[in-house]
Amino acid sequence: MKFILLIVLVALVTYAIGIYGNLPWWSFVVTNLIIAIALPIKPLQSFIAGALGVGALWAGLAFGIDLANNHILSTKVAQILPLGGSYIALIAVTALVGALLGGLASLTGSFVRKPE
Amino acid sequence: MRIVPFLVSATVTAGLVFTLNIQLKLGGTKAPRLGYFLSPQHGFWKNAEKVNTNFDASILANDLKGDVDVYMDDRLVPHIYADNDEDAYYVQGYLHAKYRLWQMDFQTRVAAGRLSEVAGADKLSIDRFFRRLGMVYGAEQTEAYINEKNPVMKATVDAYTAGVNAYLKQLAPEDVPFEYKLMNFEPESWTPKKTYLFLMFMSYDLTGRSASADLQLTNTRDYLGYDLFDQLYTNQQDSLDPIIPIGTTYAEPSIVPIKPLESDMVYLKKTQQVDIAKLVESPEAPDPNNGSNNWAVGGTMTKSGRPILASDPHLGLNLPSLWYEVQITTPTHSTYGASFPGSPAVIIGFNDSLAWGVTNAGRDVLDYYELKFKDTTQNEYWFNGNWKSVTKRVEVIKVKDSADVIENIAMSHYGPVMFDAYYQNSQSNGRNLAVKWTAHNASTGVETFYQLNRAKNIDDYSKAIQLWKCPGQNFVVATKTGDIAIKQQGDFVARWDRQGDFIMPGTDSAYDWQGIIPFQENPMILNPARGFVSSANQKSTDASYPYYLGTASSFPLYRGISVNQQLTGRTQVTAQDMQALQTNNYNVFAQQARPALMKFVEMNTLSTEAQRMVGMMTQWNLYNDPSEKGITIFKLIWDSVENAVWGDELAGALIPLTKPESFVLLEQMNRDSNYRVADDIRTKDKVESLKDQVRIGIEKATLKCLALEKENKLSWETFKATRVLHLTKIPVLSRLNLSIGGGTNIINATGENNGPSWRMVVHLTDEIEAYGLYPGGQSGNPGSPYYDSFINYWAAGKYYRLLFLPKEKLKQHERTKWHIQFKKSVA
Repeated sequence: MKFILLIVLVALVTYAIGIYGNLPWWSFVVTNLIIAIALPIKPLQSFIAGALGVGALWAGLAFGIDLANNHILSTKVAQILPLGGSYIALIAVTALVGALLGGLASLTGSFVRKPE
Repeated sequence: MRIVPFLVSATVTAGLVFTLNIQLKLGGTKAPRLGYFLSPQHGFWKNAEKVNTNFDASILANDLKGDVDVYMDDRLVPHIYADNDEDAYYVQGYLHAKYRLWQMDFQTRVAAGRLSEVAGADKLSIDRFFRRLGMVYGAEQTEAYINEKNPVMKATVDAYTAGVNAYLKQLAPEDVPFEYKLMNFEPESWTPKKTYLFLMFMSYDLTGRSASADLQLTNTRDYLGYDLFDQLYTNQQDSLDPIIPIGTTYAEPSIVPIKPLESDMVYLKKTQQVDIAKLVESPEAPDPNNGSNNWAVGGTMTKSGRPILASDPHLGLNLPSLWYEVQITTPTHSTYGASFPGSPAVIIGFNDSLAWGVTNAGRDVLDYYELKFKDTTQNEYWFNGNWKSVTKRVEVIKVKDSADVIENIAMSHYGPVMFDAYYQNSQSNGRNLAVKWTAHNASTGVETFYQLNRAKNIDDYSKAIQLWKCPGQNFVVATKTGDIAIKQQGDFVARWDRQGDFIMPGTDSAYDWQGIIPFQENPMILNPARGFVSSANQKSTDASYPYYLGTASSFPLYRGISVNQQLTGRTQVTAQDMQALQTNNYNVFAQQARPALMKFVEMNTLSTEAQRMVGMMTQWNLYNDPSEKGITIFKLIWDSVENAVWGDELAGALIPLTKPESFVLLEQMNRDSNYRVADDIRTKDKVESLKDQVRIGIEKATLKCLALEKENKLSWETFKATRVLHLTKIPVLSRLNLSIGGGTNIINATGENNGPSWRMVVHLTDEIEAYGLYPGGQSGNPGSPYYDSFINYWAAGKYYRLLFLPKEKLKQHERTKWHIQFKKSVA
């Protein structure tokens, strides 16, 4: 249960801090770290919670934006990056980057305190 | 706490953040920070606009004097209704920024020599070129002049600037345009100077070809010797159909420029042939196809009895487009047309009394003077028997990830010393060259458009264009009351024959400009008997005009002939007829050149394949339509014959020399079949005739045609592959391989990356009937459906009916979609 709640919390806080465009794009790394310190779980679980929280958020946001945009921009960017023009690949890469960073941040935090 | 795993994990996390936060080089200017770029709340995803975006908005703007209503139509064209002029320009600036911010920034960075600052040392050569050409210097002259002498223009540009900055102020960091994220730099405040820099760039685009042409012509003359040069680069155009009809008489000139006595020897170098040292590259030059068409037909020729005006400027085809459509309505005027993001007012358009358009005059207003410096300090130069001092202008070029580059530019009485010991390119060849250019002088060009936007009749038009200095333009006008006119206007130098075609000696005032031709003496035609006026960048007058116009290479011949042929004798003309004419693909050059060429073809001496190609060429209907193959074959054969005839003369030079114009060979073929230049001077034992060269040229071209045929690339659209390029040249942000005909010498002057950048047809009926479009879209955002929404329509030669209505009517029009309110907030 705590695991599920953590995923939701990570996603919510990542979204909330992301609203402030003046803050760096990687601010969620700090918030994930704080969450993982405040509510410790086992390292592997913590990594997965952080990764899923940020990854799912980023995937969801990108997917929603892309759908409303009829893939106009994603198809272009997926040729610049280069991902063969596939918007699906671009959403996947987006989610992966978010997940990896989110997971690592939460993992780092999990080493600070032992879970009760 | 588990110290070791914590430290390892923290290090990996920090390392990854760091890696994703530095610029990833994807080549060229593309270098996003990947983490930032991909973040859905910060990066490019934020620029993916909803396809059904609602553009309604309510904006608080304290700087306004009153409220402003903007209605956006279904093509995202804003119709601005303001209580006063300054508010209208404020809102125009706001909307330009909202839809075209990155483009405005980027274009003025190019003009200001500030590209390296955001794109790195790769762009340093472009920046140095523009700095040394005096682009910033010229913009400063204009800014100082307007600030001091022209309060109305100052207020106009200030209001526009305030509008741009009001948009910037509310722009959240995550909402900056896509390209900022891709190239990783940030927007900066707009300033009036940026508007003047943008206008300097237009001067460069339309008159800057001399900056390289004068050097190339000088080198070509030195290589060939003057006599041969004068044959190959003749200024005589037998088939010229000038803007002002042949036979018009001109008043005695008020300035009679005196050719320096010894100029044949010293300047034209008629008696010597100079060897040029080895040279490598040549500077960036504006496209020689930067031209345009415009015409107006009078009521006697039209079905309605009212004039129709057509204007289509041919410029580089870019995304975001150079143009942005807008309607501006205030108590003083109501105007619609194409505006420049970066400048207030409408540039080519119409109001409720008249319509106007422009084409480039092509006159030479940029010259080089060769200076003799006393010593390496470059502090003094020899002039009229004395040492004259320079001032030094310091320009600092900031370079991303690198030290600043400082240009110490010597300023002579001519202008900036562009080339010297510190800056040389292959064409300048070690010389010290000062630039004298009319664009360096303070200019109130923006006022010309300001006044044209408000002009009610021919007198107003005349007063407006009298202010125009650079780049020289052919201003066409048609009024509701039935007047049509065209005048070539700008600051034009009163030149003696061939003055300024080559580098001039900078040691003797005899070579100075001897005056600017007075306004009254610039060519003009009003309500002519033939019923129409037109221009297509050809020479404005025949040889009876008392001033030298410049080298023939600056004046394309054939589009003008084509326009005049198509208009002469027409009756019952409609706006649709004028659209058809703007998109007309008839090749009048080929009409003349194909029979001239065929006179020299002996079919039985050709290979079977060459015979087949010549067959396809002669069967061709002379239209440059997208699917035609005959035009591709004709072009390849003609170019190949030109190379056979001229290649040998130019082959020995170590720099690429200017190729003679196509009309030179064509008119020579028509004049005389014994063309001495035809001989290949490299074959000592035989004398080639034109027949030989035509055969050689056809056989060579056949090989190319066969290769293209094999790849299925012989059709004109595939061969030409017209593209509208994003300003960064990134292919996926561009539109490539458009299906469109036309080309050089064609009224539909669509080349590879150059062509009709705004097509407009205005029928001056009581309620104006206007059509137009440009190859782009109103939004500069590659993530918007409005980014390139006009391109397919444009390529297909179709037009949009332009909505030009008073507020109450427009508000209720079925094509009106959105409403943006600008409200002056209550304090």
